[in-house]
Amino acid sequence: MNEIAHRSDMERPGFRGSNAASTGRAGMNMVEFKAVTKRFGKTVVLDKVDLTIRTGEVVVLIGPSGSGKSTLIRCINALEQIDGGDLVVDDISVLAGSAKVREIRQEAGMVFQQFNLFPQLTALQNVAFGPRQVRGTPKHQAEQQAEALLAKVGLAARAQHYPSELSGGQQQRVAIARALAVKPKLMLFDEPTSALDPELRQEVLRVMQTLAEEGMTMIVVTHEMGFARKVGTRMIFMEHGKIAVDGPPAELLDNPPNERFREFLKHV
Amino acid sequence: MDFDWSVILTALPALAQGAKLTVFITVVGLAGGVAVGLLFGLMRAYGNKMLSGIAFGYVEFVRGTPIVVQVMFIYFALPVLLNVRVDAMTAAITAIVVNSGAYIAEIVRGAFLSVPRGLREAGLALGMPVWRVLAFVVGPVAFRRMTPPLGNQFIVSLKDTSLFIVIGVGELTRQGQEIMAANFRAVEIWSAVAAIYLVMIGVLTFSLRMIEKRMRIL
Repeated sequence: MNEIAHRSDMERPGFRGSNAASTGRAGMNMVEFKAVTKRFGKTVVLDKVDLTIRTGEVVVLIGPSGSGKSTLIRCINALEQIDGGDLVVDDISVLAGSAKVREIRQEAGMVFQQFNLFPQLTALQNVAFGPRQVRGTPKHQAEQQAEALLAKVGLAARAQHYPSELSGGQQQRVAIARALAVKPKLMLFDEPTSALDPELRQEVLRVMQTLAEEGMTMIVVTHEMGFARKVGTRMIFMEHGKIAVDGPPAELLDNPPNERFREFLKHV
Repeated sequence: MDFDWSVILTALPALAQGAKLTVFITVVGLAGGVAVGLLFGLMRAYGNKMLSGIAFGYVEFVRGTPIVVQVMFIYFALPVLLNVRVDAMTAAITAIVVNSGAYIAEIVRGAFLSVPRGLREAGLALGMPVWRVLAFVVGPVAFRRMTPPLGNQFIVSLKDTSLFIVIGVGELTRQGQEIMAANFRAVEIWSAVAAIYLVMIGVLTFSLRMIEKRMRIL
């Protein structure tokens, strides 16, 4: 499962898309958690989390279930509302009101575990949907962009298919294209391969790797340690709503800094 | 006894007149009922406590009373209470709007809430405002799920118009009743009336089938 090697077909000319622009501000703060607390009822899911993510980073979030990793990324685009502290995304606070939250969501594309493609729309329409709805892009132009994005994720031939006619891996690649269509500066991946058969995971991971190589800022909740090592620039291990370990993936995987982390790695 | 087709032939113009009125009350009433149902159903599904409470009260009030009582109230009691004149046709159409609206509100609520949460989140995550997500993401999926129960309600409402005989609206059943009172040909007249209802509902069912066929059921 570690074979996410550099593949020549990913390197073909023109493959590096417009998102390379996001590398222009390398090193600036993209996401800032400031003592963020999130509760579900009485359960504290995020416990005064402080975290800064800079442009160009590929952060891999790992941890046992219930440790708060999904909640952490869902707070970034305000699908979950924080209960304490502040959370700033590209200089906009998630607490700044619904219009500002929509701006954040346009900056931060999201890919879900269950794909969540719009079932009544074809692959092409799914990808063209976001720009038409939130950027006011004319239909013709939105569909041209959508075609290019589908080609980028290797699905040009499936443009006219409905989600129900696509495999899980294909659906997830369409979902990635859909998120990219709004031209985000940051991509959030919430267990993007967990609902997929092992042989379908690689096609999704490969697309994600290419995105990372283009300089996209990414936060990925995953159990794919091969991907983490190869593509991640930073690994965060969460436990009980706190960041327990934070460091370079290869280093952490080769020399687990504590017993709990070592124990966790045995089980993934 | 022998079935006298000529009785039906003679009665046909008057019955057709009644059928026309039945269709008119049903179509106008259901158009209003769908609008009312959409509004109250969404209030119930997504509104705050107050909006949801208002919608709940309306639905329970209508479902808790018979439609005959509702139309009698609109026709006889409302004019006294509000000091307005309500003609029979207005009362009949209003009754269908109010009555079907409550049932359609429940259909709308159920359909919207049955759409997987992930779709709503996917729409929101693109940066769309909530109303756009409901209209363009959740709505189209919900609408497909609504068609079967909605068709059912349309049929029920069409037949409910026959109850407006009590306020003297000249719809199909009332016409049949009046012709029968004059010629006492119960078998022929009520057979003809029943057949006309069957044809109307057959057309309605067929159209709904066509709509369902043309849509991808999701």
